[in-house]
Amino acid sequence: MPTLPRARGPLSAALVADLRGDLREDGTSTGPADLTDPGLLEKAGPVGSGDEELALWVLYELHHHGFDDATATGGPDDLEHEWRPDLLTLRGRLERRLERRWRERVAAADLPTLPSGAEPADLARAFFALCDADTGAESVARFVQREADDDQLAEVLRQRSIYHVKEQDAAMWTLPRLPDTTKAHLLTIAADEYGNGRPDDLHAALWARGMRACGLDASYAAYVDGALPAVLEQNNLMTLLGLHRRLVPAALGHLAAFEVTSAVPSRRVVRGMERLGTPEPMVAYYREHMAADAVHEQVAVRDLVGSYVAEVPGSEDEVAFGAAVCLLAEAATATALLEHVRRGAAEDVA
Amino acid sequence: MSEPTQVRLCEDGPMLVRGEVVVEDEDGQRHVSTRPVTAVCRCGASSLKPWCDGSHKLLGTGGPRARRLGTV
Repeated sequence: MPTLPRARGPLSAALVADLRGDLREDGTSTGPADLTDPGLLEKAGPVGSGDEELALWVLYELHHHGFDDATATGGPDDLEHEWRPDLLTLRGRLERRLERRWRERVAAADLPTLPSGAEPADLARAFFALCDADTGAESVARFVQREADDDQLAEVLRQRSIYHVKEQDAAMWTLPRLPDTTKAHLLTIAADEYGNGRPDDLHAALWARGMRACGLDASYAAYVDGALPAVLEQNNLMTLLGLHRRLVPAALGHLAAFEVTSAVPSRRVVRGMERLGTPEPMVAYYREHMAADAVHEQVAVRDLVGSYVAEVPGSEDEVAFGAAVCLLAEAATATALLEHVRRGAAEDVA
Repeated sequence: MSEPTQVRLCEDGPMLVRGEVVVEDEDGQRHVSTRPVTAVCRCGASSLKPWCDGSHKLLGTGGPRARRLGTV
């Protein structure tokens, strides 16, 4: 189980201190008396500094695995952290800011739209076209294929591990809120992701074997202290879409876009790893994704999104919003990550 | 009689087969898939044949190659 991460600014510091139950010398908590104080957000580090991104990531983890070094209960009413009203209030504030930012970003990006009330084949064609749109960002997979050295690849894997240790989990929050036919299609995809009943084949387990073979830490959230703000934001977006019933169509659009943009890049990563002689268990993880996601993209677009849009007419715009969030968040992550690993390589030379 | 095998042809994409499937290739080699749904390559460009790896997208939709393969 993970431990609380290192704070990155006033907001995440206040939250982490509160969860850890840090005490001052006089025996009172060092956390702010009131995490719902709006002034706390005003004092937070700017968006992109990682302060706000990390705070929301920590709040979301309370719904996943929690933290070993957090107290069992806390807050004004001494409740379990996951359901503390003050923490949910803070989470809600951060979520509204996050959603507003991404509504604006998606509107500004002017990506292709999805037709409303279209025939299934036309909807699928439009969805694939949307996922093929140029976001202007370089591809991490192409970088790994052609350019990365071993150290740069290791850093890419550390950053990607924030997601891969909980692969598919955020999308599963939608399951009980789906129409029955859509539920069945989500489970077709999830069955593969979770190993088809074989725990050793869980994609998160394949990932962990790959990480260990590369000499990296395979434990849950091991590298969160080094995670780029863009990586935390990309993960937060998936949880945001998954946890809110209002955002179910966006969560499905996100999942489908994620699958559509996975198989071919996985092939590029495999090529790069073969070039570098990366240990086989890690190559196997990406090879599995070439085949699995070639299936998942078809099922996700044609069946999952197709059935949902048929059951919930008028949901196309929100499905497209979720897909756009997926594409633009990956673009933001790719830009930040490639700048980060190339700078690291330059510093090594200097 | 058992349930008929369900196969679906995707536009500009693979053939989806529901349930476990064994494909015997041209060389007589047998390939087994135990996924709930399997995507079988139809375009010939996959590096994981007989399975699809998404490479059909790199061929270009509706291009001469795709047309020759009968996907448009």
